[in-house]
Amino acid sequence: MISGIFGEMILKGMSATMFKEGGRETIIETINAVLAEHGARRENLIPLLQEVQERLGYLPKPAMEEIASALGVPAVEVYGPATFYNAFRLHPPGDHQIKVCMGTACFMIGGQIALDSFERRLKIKLGETTPDRRFSLDQVACVGCCALAPVVVVDNLVEGHVTPTRVDGIILSFETQQGDGKGEQEA
Amino acid sequence: MSMLSTTEKTYQELRQKAEAKLAPLADKPLIWIGTATCGKAAGALEVREAFKEELKNKGVDARVMEVGCMGHCYAEPLAVIAKPGFPALCYGKVDEGLVKRLVDDFLVHDDPCYEFAMVALEANDIFPTFADFPRGVYEEKIILEQCGFIDPEDIDHYLAKDGYAALARVLDMESPQVIKEVKAANLRGRGGAGFPAGVKWEAVAGQAEQTRYVICNADEGDPGAFMDRSILESNPHLVVEGMIICAYAVGASHGYLYIRSEYPQAIRRVRTALQQARERGLLGNSILGSDFNFDLEIFAGAGAFVCGEGTALINSMEGKLGLPEHRPPRLSTAGLRGKPTVLNNVKTFAYVPLIIKKGAEWFKNTGTPGSPGTAVFALAGKVANPGLVEVPMGTTLRQLIYDVGQGIPGDKKFKAVQIGGPSGGCLPEAALDIPIDFDSLKEAGAIMGSGGVVILDEDDCMVRIARYFLKFTQQESCGKCTFCRLGTRHMLDILTAITRGEGKLSDLETLRELAEDVQAGSLCNLGKTAPNPVLTTLKYFYDEYRAHIKEKRCPALMCPDLIAYYIAPEKCSKLCNACVGSCPVEAVYTREDGLKAINQGKCVKCDNCLKACPFEYNAVIKLSPPSLLEEKERSTK
Repeated sequence: MISGIFGEMILKGMSATMFKEGGRETIIETINAVLAEHGARRENLIPLLQEVQERLGYLPKPAMEEIASALGVPAVEVYGPATFYNAFRLHPPGDHQIKVCMGTACFMIGGQIALDSFERRLKIKLGETTPDRRFSLDQVACVGCCALAPVVVVDNLVEGHVTPTRVDGIILSFETQQGDGKGEQEA
Repeated sequence: MSMLSTTEKTYQELRQKAEAKLAPLADKPLIWIGTATCGKAAGALEVREAFKEELKNKGVDARVMEVGCMGHCYAEPLAVIAKPGFPALCYGKVDEGLVKRLVDDFLVHDDPCYEFAMVALEANDIFPTFADFPRGVYEEKIILEQCGFIDPEDIDHYLAKDGYAALARVLDMESPQVIKEVKAANLRGRGGAGFPAGVKWEAVAGQAEQTRYVICNADEGDPGAFMDRSILESNPHLVVEGMIICAYAVGASHGYLYIRSEYPQAIRRVRTALQQARERGLLGNSILGSDFNFDLEIFAGAGAFVCGEGTALINSMEGKLGLPEHRPPRLSTAGLRGKPTVLNNVKTFAYVPLIIKKGAEWFKNTGTPGSPGTAVFALAGKVANPGLVEVPMGTTLRQLIYDVGQGIPGDKKFKAVQIGGPSGGCLPEAALDIPIDFDSLKEAGAIMGSGGVVILDEDDCMVRIARYFLKFTQQESCGKCTFCRLGTRHMLDILTAITRGEGKLSDLETLRELAEDVQAGSLCNLGKTAPNPVLTTLKYFYDEYRAHIKEKRCPALMCPDLIAYYIAPEKCSKLCNACVGSCPVEAVYTREDGLKAINQGKCVKCDNCLKACPFEYNAVIKLSPPSLLEEKERSTK
């Protein structure tokens, strides 16, 4: 059955990766599993949301509603924290998540330049996902690798000394699927 | 031996087992590789694989061990080789080629390749040790002592180095005695505020309510700070032991480590540490055979800077928005779930086992009378040797930057040191002789903060850095207090206009007024300290603000709207195409006469052409204000 926002997306001809996020059934299944593991207590809201996002990649609206009803609170009490904390996303991420570090050292040494380069290269703005859902672009406050500034986290791999040329290299490595952005090796 | 108490006996057994497990390994060569987050980013995992591969190829029987961070970030990836008969030697910037040489020359043929070695770890007649370098002279490692030298994922390494001995001793003491010792040491909270830990503990212990909690604040949100991450990744048991001791002292049976989710490796290593501590009976019921029960859990933060503030942190742990609350009541009376709670920083807990083992007097021998002990700093920015350093309180900023950090790289001129993150300030050259301690820094307009130190040189624009921090606090303001929510926004708009060359001199007065209002009208320290970067830069670098406003000029050539890139025809070599190739937007082109030029309409100011231009030409230059461009172009026509 195709329905709701997922249905619309599938009908619009989104890529096959959509299916791994699943429809409402998958969401409910996931929520139930997570609730069983962590306990349906109001106090556990943040770990619950973290776990759901870990499994679904983001927090779909139906998921937040399900959690709210399981905890017996109005949906706004789930939606509030989901939008308050930076770690949660309400939209599906790209296959490859690029996070540009905006710590002090990174910013001063060229983090903004790296971010501009990604925006230009992927033709999206900070916080957005490419239309083919391959890449999403975010910033993080500081990953604590200041000596390697400017730093970019690509799919949980930390890349150091990211110049605009390296930005091209990172994206190219995905486009050609030669290697998935190996650790930075240049001097 | 019959004098030994149960806990002491249980502990000695654990320790002997650990030593027995590790002893046979001492005859084999041991290679250890720093794989904290920063090491990994520099390629430590590839180095580890290269070592394993090469050892196999050459048939060498040696053990490869992963350790945390030694603090020498500039030389990552780092590897240490301890071969019986040689001093343990540390090699920096290791790559696959060096791995091959080290295995073949050193492990197979007994040539330690001194030309590649950085430092020896123990005193010897051949090679210098850390103590022979300026950094070693000023540095005094107390809580970082074992970071990078033990396997953080194997509790036996910690046990074999006297780990958990302080806990065993504490369990035989009366809890007030423990608090007395920590109070006598005048251990001040390392999260930044410097509140004495012993006083906090005493307040919790004195509550009528019997359910109490101990929480470790590892929500290290300051951009540019990575001390807590390094400690948790390199020696998690030290912090865990400190927390157990605190729990015993205040009578808590449950505790949490609040670690920000941006530190996945720290979370993983702490989780392993807790698991192993539980298996050894160091956490859980009847710890070390005593009647004391205590267990620890990890709470992963969800990414909100304001949650570093105690009351906001508690709210987020209860599943609510991370909004700060009025104090009093203090956390020591009503914290998590309304119960008395001790909340201390990672480093604060890390000092505790050492104070118990060596005594309050020993602790007070280091540092200044008002701020005893050491301070851990994450040195970053324009400094030759960035890294994680631990120096006695009272060391001056000059010693920290020029001796420990080896000064500014590339013959550049020092401009400012940013200390304390978004709550701190930028101090100029004149302030470099201030001793680092909680009170002196406050007087200068900065704060100790949790320990991030970013060094800025002549290429860094002070208006832009002030704007950077304000943008950060503006984004992270939780929105509860009007002045913080709207005041920072208004200040940010003014600063943005200034960096674009659209500011007015009267804006500076408005900035000052707003800064005072935000300070006065905010509930928590996020708002109270948010104006600090603006106030200190206005105070010490007023001329830069003026240049942006009056001359539309960025003296550091950094603000994109106030600079233009220009290729000097008299320097450009017609034969080289480096700049053209480097430009991501095809703004650089070749003129009919073969010289290169920049189409200013297309230029995105990414700095690529300037970096690409070979240094023997150095033809690409930055101009500010951009109006200089017309003059230049006119003069060459």
